[in-house]
Amino acid sequence: MRTPRKTPTPYIASAYSTRNIALCCDPDPLIQTRDLSLSYGNHQAIKNISLTIHRGCLTAIVGPSGSGKTSFLQCLNRLTDLLPDCTVSGRATIENLDILSPTIDVLQLRRRIGMIFQKPNPFPMSIQKNLEFPLKEHGVTATHLIQERIQRALMDVGLWNEVKDRMDTSALRLSGGQQQRLCIARALVLSPDVLLMDEPCSALDPLSSGTVEDLIFSLRGQYTIIIVTHNLAQAHRIADYVGVFWSQAQAGELIEFAPTHAIFEHPQQDLTAAYINGIRG
Amino acid sequence: MDKHSLFTYDMLSTTIIWTVAGLLGCLFFWLLGDLMRQGIPHLSWEFISEPPANAGRSGGITSILVSTGLILLICMVVALPIGLGTAIFLSEYTAETHPLATFTGRSLDVLASVPSIVFGLFGNAFFCQLLGLGFSILSGGLTLACMVLPILVRTTEQGFRALPLEYRTSAAALGLSKRATLIHLLLPAAIPALVVGFILGLGRAIAETAALIFTSGYVSRMPTSLFDSGRTLSIHIYDLSMNVPGGDQAAYATALVLILCVLTLNSLAQWMAKHWTYTRRMNI
Ligand SMILES: Nc1ncnc2c1ncn2[C@@H]1O[C@H](COP(=O)(O)OP(=O)(O)OP(=O)(O)O)[C@@H](O)[C@H]1O
Ligand SMILES: [Mg+2]
Repeated sequence: MRTPRKTPTPYIASAYSTRNIALCCDPDPLIQTRDLSLSYGNHQAIKNISLTIHRGCLTAIVGPSGSGKTSFLQCLNRLTDLLPDCTVSGRATIENLDILSPTIDVLQLRRRIGMIFQKPNPFPMSIQKNLEFPLKEHGVTATHLIQERIQRALMDVGLWNEVKDRMDTSALRLSGGQQQRLCIARALVLSPDVLLMDEPCSALDPLSSGTVEDLIFSLRGQYTIIIVTHNLAQAHRIADYVGVFWSQAQAGELIEFAPTHAIFEHPQQDLTAAYINGIRG
Repeated sequence: MDKHSLFTYDMLSTTIIWTVAGLLGCLFFWLLGDLMRQGIPHLSWEFISEPPANAGRSGGITSILVSTGLILLICMVVALPIGLGTAIFLSEYTAETHPLATFTGRSLDVLASVPSIVFGLFGNAFFCQLLGLGFSILSGGLTLACMVLPILVRTTEQGFRALPLEYRTSAAALGLSKRATLIHLLLPAAIPALVVGFILGLGRAIAETAALIFTSGYVSRMPTSLFDSGRTLSIHIYDLSMNVPGGDQAAYATALVLILCVLTLNSLAQWMAKHWTYTRRMNI
């Protein structure tokens, strides 16, 4: 595991925590995309996205609604396979594995690249079963091993003390924030390398949103995280890199990609500058 | 309307709704009460444990209970897997707009509204004659299976379609196979719909007379194999009240037994649904 280099930077007002913000972690490419494009039928949603995601870093994707952020994430774990008339072209690799190859084991890929959705979506089962079911399906069957991993995942998301006495009650009875943390635990329990998060805080109340944000920040270094967010302050607080998506001539494109401080302090593009200053988007 | 009259209006609609609901309840109890009043005097252990005698006027209904049970068993053993399979195929493996799905769906809807006597004629031509099964419990059960399949498939399919799409996407995002998602996630979540389909199908089957007269026949002897003809409870009631003078008492008693069977099956299915989805229900 690589520890991110921490450098104190100007502190952005945050009601719930004070933290050191790292400017950047050590660059070590893990995921690379080259000219990645995606179309729904004949509507092109993203066009020629080329970027590099570094291991252990937290990369935020920002941009106006409809600029293809979700579509981009879905390419990376091949969730696009579920959509009947969706075509992807270009290249995407994780280490040396070709993500878009028709012959790779998609289930293993998705185990390696977990995903958290905007709306918390625990399964209609007990808390225990929510975590046990994916583990068992991925071949972890020894009871003590399952228990150990479940407990570790729940501790990692700070849920263990809240739920350890009611593991057998329905996950749907948890609060929204707790459900979202359970969903993160459900992804963590499979020990992925990468976590894709699609606006993980935006369906939560401010307090839970803060808790989940702190959690995501704490996972940095241990996991490679790509987070889509509409909250620019959040991106500024937690991200090492920021990519700005913008829809130009219908299709979403990556207009700028740089370390967080560069994006916020010296944006190269006028659109980026306008967007982060809240003028457009 | 001012506040006061709004209140009166509210009270009025509440009263009407309660009255209607109450009347419906009364209707059920009146029906049951009448059945019990006329049927109970004739009901006894012998009635359950003895074969019919004197064209059903005396004796009991053992052989008829056995035939009914066997026919329903065949019907459900055949219809459940086919119905569940078709429903899963329609909801999980074809888009709702796919021509095959639309075609199958339409056909099922038409079949669901076909009068049962038509199924009887079909069953007679196909199972009894073409397949050479004759008037038999097997023919009757298979005909009933054809008859309840549309209801079973449609309710189950709707149950699957009603499940949130997120179940499928979040399961896929965890690298779970389609098979595992279906078995461990979607199927348990759809069980209530399955049970409703099962009860509706069973209800239609157990009340059936027209389709069975042409296929399982109405021999009231104790069946010795599935190839024997057998008479079901509803055919027995029909025969006693239409063709047997002085058979009314026995008809009422048989009807009472039939109702009890339906109620038992109903509550059994409810209980099973609750039991299987225990962790879920317990907490919602
Ligand atoms: N399943 C789909 N079928 C057809 N078009 C789609 C589908 N999903 C998204 N699109 C279209 O693709 C474009 C990009 O959508 P996408 O959801 O990726 O944007 P987004 O940046 O995530 O937006 P938001 O910030 O609102 O979540 C939009 O124009 C959208 O209408
Ligand atoms: Mg989105």
